[in-house]
Amino acid sequence: MGNITLKNVSKSFGATNIIPDIDLVIEDGEFVVFVGPSGCGKSTLLRLIAGLEDTSGGTIEIDGRDVTNEAPAKRKLAMVFQSYALYPHMTVAKNIAFPLKMAGEDQATIDRKVKAAAATLNLTNYLERRPGQLSGGQRQRVAIGRAIVRQPSAFLFDEPLSNLDAALRGTMRLEITELHQQLKTTMIYVTHDQVEAMTMADKIVVLNAGNIEQVGSPMELYKAPKNLFVAGFIGSPKMNLVTGAAAAKHNAATIGIRPEHLRVTTPGEWKATVGVAEHLGSDTFLHVNSEVGPLTVRADGEIKVAHGDEIWLTPDAAKLHRFDTDGKAIR
Amino acid sequence: MARKVTTRHKIVATAAAWAVALIIFFPILYTIITSFKSETEAIAGFKLIPSFTTESYREVQGQYNYFKPFMNSVILSVGSTLLALLIAVPAAWAMAFSPTKRTKDVLMWMLSTKMMPAVAVLFPMYIIFRDLGLLDSRIGLTLMLTMINLPIVVWMLYTYFREIPGEILEAARMDGASLWNEIVYVLTPMAVPGIASTMLLNIILAWNEAFWTIRLTTTEAAPLTAFISSFSSPQGLFWAKLSAASTLAIAPILIMGWFSQKQLVRGLTFGAVK
Repeated sequence: MGNITLKNVSKSFGATNIIPDIDLVIEDGEFVVFVGPSGCGKSTLLRLIAGLEDTSGGTIEIDGRDVTNEAPAKRKLAMVFQSYALYPHMTVAKNIAFPLKMAGEDQATIDRKVKAAAATLNLTNYLERRPGQLSGGQRQRVAIGRAIVRQPSAFLFDEPLSNLDAALRGTMRLEITELHQQLKTTMIYVTHDQVEAMTMADKIVVLNAGNIEQVGSPMELYKAPKNLFVAGFIGSPKMNLVTGAAAAKHNAATIGIRPEHLRVTTPGEWKATVGVAEHLGSDTFLHVNSEVGPLTVRADGEIKVAHGDEIWLTPDAAKLHRFDTDGKAIR
Repeated sequence: MARKVTTRHKIVATAAAWAVALIIFFPILYTIITSFKSETEAIAGFKLIPSFTTESYREVQGQYNYFKPFMNSVILSVGSTLLALLIAVPAAWAMAFSPTKRTKDVLMWMLSTKMMPAVAVLFPMYIIFRDLGLLDSRIGLTLMLTMINLPIVVWMLYTYFREIPGEILEAARMDGASLWNEIVYVLTPMAVPGIASTMLLNIILAWNEAFWTIRLTTTEAAPLTAFISSFSSPQGLFWAKLSAASTLAIAPILIMGWFSQKQLVRGLTFGAVK
């Protein structure tokens, strides 16, 4: 089981209030991603759940049991750190075996479980090596191996892929998602990368300045962002935000149009000049200066436009997002 | 742009390094050479090739008991080092893993005691030692050497412990390790190289300490430094014998230093380069 409930959780460091007041329910087996910009409190929130930091207020429950004042070791959680945090003086096998040894398992059980974990993570040939002799991706796998052997009630990941190169990040993202499907254990994953959040999560928690801005499935957040912050944070490239007369026409202070919901048409609603055209093959991202301000357009991969070309753009009215003066979505 | 290193550069740099090393080492080398000369040879003037007589060594051994000051040196340097580690390990630990606003100040204050000339406290220390009956005692001198080297030991260990990433300790906690297991299985194995090189350096520093060891001892607790010093007044004109005594005094530490140079260099440059 792995139900985690946060009730009025707060955290201050001296006079600095990092997390004012958070309520959150994480269901058993869910893949939850905490996402937000640097310094939004997402790592702190994870460390509060782990027990590596003490809360300043509120309670944390795991499977209905109040663990607010319990030591990390007692919470039955496993954590994968950004720096991998492997024990440099131990071999891969000993690193993976460490939590089992601490739990007092017998040697035969330890050997069996270590072998099974190594097989799952393609580490069988590296069991006798030390962390220093492994690549970044392999080290990350060892860290994951150390987490899975003890069959925790939930896994905590603190930006585990940020030290890897782009290609490896893609592979590891897939591997972690597959691992979740296989183990069906609760996973809480912290990242500042909204692509990781969108692709991996069952549920995304968007954080900003220690507050939860919105909780929902990736598509809920994409289709119906509650406010300007979420609208601007989720989606790549970012949503275009337009103010002024163009927004007033739709009875809003700000309107948001995702780059994929802007079409290049003749004639169209807004006139624009192409600044940069990024041809990615499958898509072309056009960064244009329009009469309503700078916009990003996701156009067809085959489109033939270049710097300085004049084009017309038409937003998809059905997929327009409207926001009031406070930045809240108008439904 | 990377600098171009030619073979000629390498030869010149190597030769220069050897020359500097030789200049620094020369007094010790000449002491060793002189110890293998006869007294007439030693006094005759500069000469690099001795007659390889061991006469001086035999005389030093015959007239004076080398073994006693040697054992005193061993007891004092090892004893004071162990005592210093016993105090410094927890101190450095606390400062590295739960620093407060004042930690840096405390470290600076400790180091500042090393900036004071020892002679400034010679009289008060002498009187305290006399009143406590610690003069010419191994216990007294062990305490003295511990106090002298403690700031350096704390500093070195602190630098080592600071290099151990906090996340590894947190990982151990997440893995279910109790504080005791964390210390035994994770912290200590990672800190052993640091503790070892601190220990080696401190033994050398204690072995070579001459100010207090000469002034606070007479015969019973006198280590090799006092042994040489006592030699120089009556035997001042007998250079070969003096050299033999000096060689005997520095040989053990020189040999130990030679075999542990890898750890020592690592210890002295730790934290400087990653």
